[in-house]
Amino acid sequence: MNPAVSLRRIGLPRLIVHLSVLVICIIWLIPTIGILVTSFRDAGQIAASGWWTAFTGAAETSAARLGEPSTARQEGANYVISGSVFEQGQSGAVRAFGTRVAAPTEFEAGQAADLGDGEMLTINEDGSYVYTKNAPFDGERGKRVYLSVAAPPSFTLDNYRTVLTSQGIGQSFVNSLTVAIPATIIPILISAFAAYALSWMEFPGRALIIAMVVGLIVVPLQMSLIPLLRMYNEIGNLFGVPSRSYAGIWLAHSAFGMPLAIYLLRNYIAGLPREIIESARVDGASDFEIFVKIILPLSFPALASFSIFQFLWTWNDLLVAMVFLGTGKDQLVLTGALNALLGSMGGKWEILTASAFITIVVPIIVFFALQRYLVRGLLAGSVKGG
Amino acid sequence: MISQVVSAVGVVIAGVFICALYYWLSDKILQLVFPVPVDNVHAASVNLNRRAVVRPWLFLGPALILLVVYLVYPVVATFVLSFYDRSGGNFVGLANYRWAIQDAQFRQSIFNNILWLAVVPAACTFFGLVIAVLTDRIWWGNLAKSLIFMPMAISFVGASVIWKFIYEYRGGSETQIGLLNAVVQFFGGNPQVWISLPFWNNFFLMAILIWIQTGFAMVILSAALRGIPEETIEAAVIDGASGWQIFWKIMVPQIWGTIAVVWTTITILVLKVFDIVLTMTNGQWNTMVLANLMFDWMFRGGGDSGRSAVIALIIMAAVTPIMIWNIRQANKEMGGH
Repeated sequence: MNPAVSLRRIGLPRLIVHLSVLVICIIWLIPTIGILVTSFRDAGQIAASGWWTAFTGAAETSAARLGEPSTARQEGANYVISGSVFEQGQSGAVRAFGTRVAAPTEFEAGQAADLGDGEMLTINEDGSYVYTKNAPFDGERGKRVYLSVAAPPSFTLDNYRTVLTSQGIGQSFVNSLTVAIPATIIPILISAFAAYALSWMEFPGRALIIAMVVGLIVVPLQMSLIPLLRMYNEIGNLFGVPSRSYAGIWLAHSAFGMPLAIYLLRNYIAGLPREIIESARVDGASDFEIFVKIILPLSFPALASFSIFQFLWTWNDLLVAMVFLGTGKDQLVLTGALNALLGSMGGKWEILTASAFITIVVPIIVFFALQRYLVRGLLAGSVKGG
Repeated sequence: MISQVVSAVGVVIAGVFICALYYWLSDKILQLVFPVPVDNVHAASVNLNRRAVVRPWLFLGPALILLVVYLVYPVVATFVLSFYDRSGGNFVGLANYRWAIQDAQFRQSIFNNILWLAVVPAACTFFGLVIAVLTDRIWWGNLAKSLIFMPMAISFVGASVIWKFIYEYRGGSETQIGLLNAVVQFFGGNPQVWISLPFWNNFFLMAILIWIQTGFAMVILSAALRGIPEETIEAAVIDGASGWQIFWKIMVPQIWGTIAVVWTTITILVLKVFDIVLTMTNGQWNTMVLANLMFDWMFRGGGDSGRSAVIALIIMAAVTPIMIWNIRQANKEMGGH
């Protein structure tokens, strides 16, 4: 079909919408794709060329020496030296060559370069060259040439192997799981019971507690750090236990996530139909039974939403882990390990990108698998509540 | 390593079991302490009432203890500590506050925080709104939304590595492997060390947070846009309003409330921004923000709890108006029920 006709059928404004969304998506994705691609590239290639050239092969500049003048043959009036610029076992494709280090890409591969003094040089893509002169070559050593060689794309799993074993990322992965899973599950039960009490039980001070919970949602973590650190140190001294431990961070994460958990779950549980709960009460069920048999199953969507939040938050957290968990090998979580690598492995992108990808892969899987619940939780938390 | 996994799983199971046991046992004990005799109606009703009085506190107990120990008490303690010296032992009055006002780094942090507050919430809300409007009109909008929403799952540290790679600079004649410098070079510009350019480097750090948070704004604003009654838009179309007018005069005014919520949520997040600055620059090259300065003073030279507490209180003070507004809104909602 004629493009103009099909354009008219789609409509220009509509096409602009499609294109702009496409461009935005690409901009949003490129950063992540960059480290994903880089993490699979060979360390030498990462340093030599941008990751966007990964699939076309990287061009590396190298130097080679042509054959010595003594190997020249005479062909008619000309003297010829020929051979390959590649040493034994070397391979690649010559893109360009030059005779000065400042201009290694002066001539294209296959082109006959006029070097002056009656000298002609042709270097082909496969590395073979023909060097001619209309007079005998002088000097003892072969001529130095500079080459731009395209190395074939090379992908490897070595980076992952390195970071998982020798950089301690594997251990940190386990540590992160050790922190995140209990710190997700412990607060759910506690806050669900509290949310039920705040929704369906009458007692003095209820409104005050709800107001307190809402207020605590926004209290910055920074306010808690100093007193808690002092408290942990004192408890550690008093009982002779380490002040930084997994138990400490589980409780800290549980408490920090609790205001939002209670708030989200209360919004949901308070919205359950009154008749269900009242008819259960009439049937003689105790509050404990109502909670376990009716409320918990019915609140599954809200519980799922919160647990995703809490899991992402505890997995991705750096600050709480830095303050309440040690930096020893068996306690450093992924975010902490990655932060440490940024300091010690500065420009070693093969290590950094592979480590970064390992730290983000779990949350991304959780995100795509449970996106529905995440969105639902976000909407319940902000649109309704304010 | 395996033993650690086993023990973590054990803790989860034990934790859940202990929690459940607490609620179950406390309920049983309550029933034992206040029995409901079948033959004595009066005693039964008295004890039922007593149970109803105690039970909420049994349900709330663990949550309240955690909240008080980890959030309420520390707020008070931080306030008190801000009047004490570095070890927290000697009362020094307002000395820490005086120090803060005169400290160049503190002023720099305040300035940078204001810069962040001015740029990030506005940019996220704007981009989020635009993308929400655009993606609602196309058939693959949900896929596009997922992709733009995805950075939300990525940790700030991970995002920092991702973006540091984009800002990467190679000196001399080396090939630029950072995307930004490669693009700049392609258009004939000079590669720069972006994260150490004074003042502008703040914006390169902000880009990371905007990249992460735009998806959040988009999801919420998109839901709000879908909640707008069709009739209002149809009426505007019949009256001959242009797309631009419909957007600004019909749609935006109807979602003001949601825009405010998105804005304040991101504002709170910005006030606490820590990981990005720590991993990108650690406050060097004039990029220090309050949360990082506070963390710095917590451990600098053995730690100074007084100064650190003052900085934390400044962050708290900035959040307080939002907190009061939230509580008012929640009270209003409950009054309405």
